[in-house]
Amino acid sequence: MNTQLLKLQELQVFYHTDEGAVKAVDGVTLSLAKGERLGLVGESGCGKSTIAMTIMGLIKSPGRIEGGKILLGEVDLTKLSEGEMRRLRLNQVGLIPQGAMNSLNPVSRVKDQIIDGMRAHNQQISKRELRSRVYEVLESVGLRRGVARMYAHELSGGMKQRVCVAIAISLHPQVVIADEPTSALDVVVQREVMETIGQLQQQLGASVILAGHDMGLMAQFVDRLAVMYAGKLVEIGPVKELFAKPLHPYTQLLLASLPGLAQRGVFRGIPGLTPSLVHVPPGCLFYPRCPQAMEICSQEVPALREGDGRQVACHLYDSEVMI
Amino acid sequence: MNRRILAAMRYTRRNPALAVGIGLLLAILLFWGIGSIFVPFSRTSALSVPASRAPSWEFPLGTDRQGRDLLAVMIAGTSLTLRIGLIAGFIGIFIGTILGFVSAYYRGAVDTIIRGSVDVLLTVPSLLVMILVAVALKGGLTVEGMALVVSILAWVWPTRTIRAQVLTMRESGYIRVAQLSGMSSPEIIVKEMMPNLLPYLAASLVNAVAAAILASIGLEALGLGPMESPTLGMTIYWVLHYSALLHGMWWWWAPPIIIIVILFVGLFLLSTGLDELANPRVRRSV
Amino acid sequence: MKLDYIAKRFGIFLLVIWLALTVIFFLPRFSTQNPIREKMNQEMLRGGYVQVGMEQMIEEYESKFGLNKPLWEQYGTYLSDMGRLDFGYSIAHYPKTVKSMLSEGLPWSIGLLGMTTLIAFGVGSLLGALLAWRRAPQVLRYLFPPLLVLSAVPFYLLGLVLIFFLAFENSWFPLFGGYSPGTVTDWLSISFWGNVLHHSFLPALSMILAGIGLWALTMRGMMVTVQGEDYMTMAEAKGLKGSTLFFRYALRNSILPQVTSLVLALGHVVGGAVLVEVVFGYPGIGTTLYHAIREFDYFVIQGIILIVIVAIALGTFLLDVAYPLLDPRITYRRA
Repeated sequence: MNTQLLKLQELQVFYHTDEGAVKAVDGVTLSLAKGERLGLVGESGCGKSTIAMTIMGLIKSPGRIEGGKILLGEVDLTKLSEGEMRRLRLNQVGLIPQGAMNSLNPVSRVKDQIIDGMRAHNQQISKRELRSRVYEVLESVGLRRGVARMYAHELSGGMKQRVCVAIAISLHPQVVIADEPTSALDVVVQREVMETIGQLQQQLGASVILAGHDMGLMAQFVDRLAVMYAGKLVEIGPVKELFAKPLHPYTQLLLASLPGLAQRGVFRGIPGLTPSLVHVPPGCLFYPRCPQAMEICSQEVPALREGDGRQVACHLYDSEVMI
Repeated sequence: MNRRILAAMRYTRRNPALAVGIGLLLAILLFWGIGSIFVPFSRTSALSVPASRAPSWEFPLGTDRQGRDLLAVMIAGTSLTLRIGLIAGFIGIFIGTILGFVSAYYRGAVDTIIRGSVDVLLTVPSLLVMILVAVALKGGLTVEGMALVVSILAWVWPTRTIRAQVLTMRESGYIRVAQLSGMSSPEIIVKEMMPNLLPYLAASLVNAVAAAILASIGLEALGLGPMESPTLGMTIYWVLHYSALLHGMWWWWAPPIIIIVILFVGLFLLSTGLDELANPRVRRSV
Repeated sequence: MKLDYIAKRFGIFLLVIWLALTVIFFLPRFSTQNPIREKMNQEMLRGGYVQVGMEQMIEEYESKFGLNKPLWEQYGTYLSDMGRLDFGYSIAHYPKTVKSMLSEGLPWSIGLLGMTTLIAFGVGSLLGALLAWRRAPQVLRYLFPPLLVLSAVPFYLLGLVLIFFLAFENSWFPLFGGYSPGTVTDWLSISFWGNVLHHSFLPALSMILAGIGLWALTMRGMMVTVQGEDYMTMAEAKGLKGSTLFFRYALRNSILPQVTSLVLALGHVVGGAVLVEVVFGYPGIGTTLYHAIREFDYFVIQGIILIVIVAIALGTFLLDVAYPLLDPRITYRRA
């Protein structure tokens, strides 16, 4: 039985603005097993990036963790001081960021940026060992040694992102969080980078959380998929089952909007807009756009029901026994 | 109506610089406005009142060595100095906008020349150039003449700012869209670009005015200003000339400095506030 | 390619100097004045009498200063003179040469300006960076309003205030001058140096304070922008220590545009320095300029302004050449 490496329990992250508190993440419960690849998918603003940043402890005011826990093993990350959190970063939890175009320090060489991460967590490493580690880590992402001497602006988008991957895994963390790592890249490079991430994950036995909005990418990469909407988790389950039989209406629409090779004609989008996260209406947040909405949906928030390895938060399954 | 006021007040919290800046400048304008009603301008001429008097009920700011009522001088000086700043500032912005626009919109050789000149002229110490011009003119400068001298280099920085802004706008999407949807160049300029340029123009204007005032005070303090006019800079000149400091005549040198400081701080805050208005930053921590 | 860049910058440098020379030459000639005649008139007004043979004297001077030759010849002589650094004679203090007057004042000015600019830039930038840094001690935030006010105050006005409080009310510092009147200028004696430093303190202080305000504010602006960049997030995600983030990531990236600001602000700083010298009666070329203006000593004015423009152009050129060394993104190739 796999141990649960990372557990999010009723996590709430709000941004306090002049107009009120934006409930970016409202009561999300998730868990990540050792060696597992978990996908976190949803539209812009659904909260997936916020979750990624919160796990890293990078949420800054006016954002704040309002409630809930993030358990890495036995340690509750929400209760840690900044110093303690800092020691965990890169060591235990690595981040592959989204905007690779600008994620590297423009005035430092690549090798220095790999080294300073290592040095920050271990003062004692000798220069020789640092150098060999740098080459080792570059090779593991498929970059040649010469890259170490280069500056960020001399690299292509794909190369820059590989460097970010190299940095993220350089200290062999238990958890790697990839926040839309390939959004800024073209499809061919996307594939290569995702393959690299996949290979490394297997070699290191690390767990990965992949946040993004590309269902196709999720299908190819993750083991389990969590679907988010407006700050809440609406469905979660093994990716193949989810794709074969999506339970939540939102998931169904998401899958339906994917273009298939055989399909021609009009693409189906999802009409309507995401709700305001400040003045949250009662009931299920997907109610206004849901093709299967019932009256109860506008009154009560659906609870997350579990059954057979899958979870879904929808009134359609209130009385049913999950199959 | 209430909602507008509330929104304005909320905005003040996000952009305090704008509010404080406007407040300070309004205070100065009030000082001038109310003052000019009660204090006659004639008292700014030399020998109109007894000389070297300390502040009293009759002369709240005392008098100077040449027999001027310093309260009258401060009031008149504020308006005169502001006038110089505004005239020079507007001229600078006017020329700067045209040059910046032409340079960025039409590019090519014109752009190279204008940009080159701007880059070079920016490094030149403007005060010294103006000293040269003022010395060469030598003949009695009027307040308006002062403004013209100061405006000689006033267009340089605005040209640079406006050019940069227009360049960014030119490459951005909505201009392309406008072009593709068949709008003519002048139409695009007026309908699409101008409204977006306005905040930058306003901020540049404030900066130009501040720079002009600074330059005019500098020139006047050196003795190159309109000798007969009681501008703030000329007061500084007389203060230096008569060593007011050494004679302990604090009522002579302190008020102009205070007014000048308030003026500059106000203009600076206003400019920062307008900058924020044009280019709102993601709100950082409280 | 490297030479290309340097050559181009050098060419601009020469162009600026030539332009300045030409403008300075032609400017007074547009007004129908004649410096000699003007000076004579001024003397007459002061003395209150009309000298017999005044016209002859004027003609004498004119031929000596070469003002009776055709314009193009004057221009040619002018350029060659400038090339040899012969700025001519002071009209007011004849037969003193402009060059000697300049060399008397120049070391004082360079000393004051150089030192204060370095200190103000260094301290101000650091202060500004700390002001913008989230993790810096919050108490520093209280410095922001006074720094704001300082940046808006012209150097010399601050000087006046300082004189009042520190030299007049409390005689901690001398009121004016470069050194106490009557002292022998012995550059080798420590007590003389002490005297000089004592006199330079207030002018330096006013320039440093006002300068700190300016640099702190601009640096703060840069730092705020830099902190919003993606690479800062990534750096933090690596678990780097606060000091590493501050120095190697934030500061290092902010300092580049800050240095550019320095180059652009040089002209402004020099202008302010001139006025500071005047206020304090500091024996640099600023005071020389002031007296020259009052005495309408045209060639001195010309010489000083020229020297300053050349110095700034030189400084700009050197900084331009050094810039690629600071910022790896700018190579010598892209001129």
